Amino acid sequence: MSTTVSQDRPTKPSFFNEVFYLARRYPLGVAGAIIMTTFVLCALFANFVAPLDPFSTNARASLARPSETHLLGADMMGRDVLSRIIHGARISLAVAVGATIMGSGLGAALGLASGYLGGWFDLIIQRVSEVMQSLPLLVMALVITASLGPSLRNTIIAIAIPLVPTVARVIRSNVLSLREMPFVEAAKATGMSEFRIAVVHVLPNTLAPLIVLATAQLGSTILTEASLSFLGLGVPEPYPSWGRMLSESAAEYVRTAPWLVIFPGLAISLVVFGSNLMGDALRDALDPRQRD
Amino acid sequence: MAPVLEVSGLSTVFHTRRGLVRAVQDVSFTVNAGETLAIVGESGCGKTITALSLLRLVPMPPGEITSGSVKVDGTDLLKLSDSEMREMRGSKIAMIFQEPMTALNPLLTVGKQIQEMVVLHDKCSQEVARKRAVEMLHHVRIPEPERRSREYPHQLSGGMRQRAMIAMALACRPKVLVADEPTTALDVTIQAQILDLIGDLQREFGTAVVLITHDLGVVAETAKRVCVMYAGRKVEEAPVEEIFGRPLHPYMQGLMNSIPRVGSARGLDVAPDERLQEISGIVPPLNDLPPGCAFEPRCTRADARCKTQRPELAMKAPDHIAACWQA
Amino acid sequence: MNKPLIEVTDLKKHFPIRKGLFGNTVGHVHAVDGVTFSINAGETLGLVGESGCGKSTVGRVVLRLIEPTSGSVKVEGREIVGIPRSELRPLRRQMQIVFQDPFSSLNPRIRVGDIVGEPLMVHGIGDKQERAERVAQLFNRVGLRPSQMNNYPHQFSGGQRQRISIARALALDPHFIIADEPVSALDVSIQAQVINLMMDLQRDMKLSYLFISHNLSVVEHISHRVAVMYLGRIVEYADKKTLFASPQHPYTEALLSAVPLPDPTLRRTKKRVEGDVPSPIKPPPGCHFHPRCPYAEARCKVEPPVLREIGPGHQVACHLR
Repeated sequence: MSTTVSQDRPTKPSFFNEVFYLARRYPLGVAGAIIMTTFVLCALFANFVAPLDPFSTNARASLARPSETHLLGADMMGRDVLSRIIHGARISLAVAVGATIMGSGLGAALGLASGYLGGWFDLIIQRVSEVMQSLPLLVMALVITASLGPSLRNTIIAIAIPLVPTVARVIRSNVLSLREMPFVEAAKATGMSEFRIAVVHVLPNTLAPLIVLATAQLGSTILTEASLSFLGLGVPEPYPSWGRMLSESAAEYVRTAPWLVIFPGLAISLVVFGSNLMGDALRDALDPRQRD
Repeated sequence: MAPVLEVSGLSTVFHTRRGLVRAVQDVSFTVNAGETLAIVGESGCGKTITALSLLRLVPMPPGEITSGSVKVDGTDLLKLSDSEMREMRGSKIAMIFQEPMTALNPLLTVGKQIQEMVVLHDKCSQEVARKRAVEMLHHVRIPEPERRSREYPHQLSGGMRQRAMIAMALACRPKVLVADEPTTALDVTIQAQILDLIGDLQREFGTAVVLITHDLGVVAETAKRVCVMYAGRKVEEAPVEEIFGRPLHPYMQGLMNSIPRVGSARGLDVAPDERLQEISGIVPPLNDLPPGCAFEPRCTRADARCKTQRPELAMKAPDHIAACWQA
Repeated sequence: MNKPLIEVTDLKKHFPIRKGLFGNTVGHVHAVDGVTFSINAGETLGLVGESGCGKSTVGRVVLRLIEPTSGSVKVEGREIVGIPRSELRPLRRQMQIVFQDPFSSLNPRIRVGDIVGEPLMVHGIGDKQERAERVAQLFNRVGLRPSQMNNYPHQFSGGQRQRISIARALALDPHFIIADEPVSALDVSIQAQVINLMMDLQRDMKLSYLFISHNLSVVEHISHRVAVMYLGRIVEYADKKTLFASPQHPYTEALLSAVPLPDPTLRRTKKRVEGDVPSPIKPPPGCHFHPRCPYAEARCKVEPPVLREIGPGHQVACHLR
């Protein structure tokens, strides 16, 4: 009585085929991913990776040149630069991830509500976002930390807040088009509440662009943290921060002990670069039009 | 009459991460001047890639035309250099697509786009080309052609855009027009107008038309000969009355039986609860084709040989070839 | 007994056209302009027309997915226009919808078993186990294997996805399904499978369909009665045989004449219409069809014709019939 069953034979490539394919197609993205993975691993396992204790001072090793004991040299207090950079990765990662999660989370919630509900709520959120976005990220972060005081928690907040409008806008535009999709109408036709539809049907479909956005933002959050710390308004002592390492040494020691400036600077550049590469590749790879 | 378009053993593949996709395999056909050949099939049969291969518009990578020849008036297009091929496109062979909005440049007026074509191929002045463009728009029955030529694609309706695309394609009187589902996106009444138009222009200019479609009604009304494709290969070819009157390949038979008919126009009394005949199953993936006949899994008449041995095209009746062991 | 399942009376939907900084309303698009029809239990009403005629909007307004501007929709004798959402919700179980695009009508991130079971969850029917059983039952009913319940939509073909959409529509055991171009995006051979399925379901479950389509051949096959729409209005309304054998409205004639038939031996007199399908934003005055009508007279340009009964169960909106 029921009509015939069709055989579906999805030909899915094996995991390794996928990986090799992606590697060949997005070599830069892979490079970026390698950089970021190294960064994350350093951050997670800092205690094991770092050769020396980043906090212990050693007057005799003050301003030591790069050598066997201090691979990247030592700073003015004899602390090992390499170890400080590795532990600094931990701070940078904590701030970046914390700020990104907070900012993206809040931004996504606002964008979802704004796009789905529309009306006055949307109008207000839009205008507020626009005002916020007209201020440079760093300026806003500065204002926030200056008023809240420098601490790890405040740095995270200060970097998270400027992220909110950007994320909200992207999510909102996604939601606007998702809202019109037939599967949303079908859910309405079954009598589902608007709230449930927004959370169960619309939100999961905004995750992909959200992830890409977050990855792309990672680089700029790290840079912002470095900038804030450089200005003394970010992460305070004793946490090692790349930005502060720069500010401590840039003016006085740039000529006498250039390794104090080069290596933290290089670390910052490399991570931002890596996150940008990875973010770009992710965006291209997830773009449905690029699919075979 | 010597054929204007001779396609012989055309094969096109795609290199993808899911393996080698054999989109078109060993396809051959010929079209005479002033005639229409319809290539029929459903999605995944390779008809669109065939059309794109004729004009060498297949993206190369990941695509590759691995063998065959496409001769227009004796010249093999596949052997030409890129610049020589560009000269041929528009002047000897042209194409119109399903979705005119994406095929027309949204930033140029309709007249300008036709004008460009004319200047490129006929090497005349802009003014002469402009006049030709307006004339062409008139030819495709767009009212107020002078005014319309100064409008942008988005200002025209779907039917008019399709006419504009036809005007652009035929502006330099090519010998061959490849039409890829030109009316599928149009309303039925507009479709009828466009098909009439193509037919009239064909009669006037003597163009050979290759019409790609999945709509058997369109085929019956416009084509002289019909080619049926399945899973990248040609499986049947015959003149239109012959193929509709006596389809030999089980796929073509299945297609004809699965269409509901507008019965009353034929004077038939269609029983209200009559079931449409189905073709069970789905088209096989082009990167994982079975060793024997590609249609075998869905065929009601298949036997053991069909499963292991792929049938070749053979003449089963006068001027009627099919690739089937059971035909 | 003979009371129609669905009764739609003078249904209208006007969309405001907004311009300017504050979105001032400068006019209205009369997408649906006074539509009246009824559907009995176990019957199919085919709603045909070209783009811009408003047929899809009718479907959505009947279901109150879009709120009507005015008019009445009675489901099993009960008026559903104007009632509060809370009262509407349980009534939604009676009427469901299947959409055209098999790719966007299923949420790509949810397993198909959960998609089909969701309506049951929304209405609090059965526990997890019972829902799973019901979903398996529905899968079988539409010709899919219950083992596929845990797959995602992208793992299925277009035809299979439409079956899943149909299974979802059946989950709440509705009496009425609105099918908005359910087979238009499918290949011809797959269309036959889905059409057969829908007809089987109708027979077995006494379902009613509002079958919206631009494909006249399919409509003729599946419908009992047919309504032809043009720019928001019904121009002809009759049972299938009458409409296709002797269409009275010039537009219906043109429509039928334009459909290419898969028979090269037929030589038909083609009644072609000139001009484009007009946009509903600025419809022609009087009879909307008059600019393209080969028989138009002076009266047609000024006075909109009313749907009148010209034969048993056959209504036409034309001054000349």
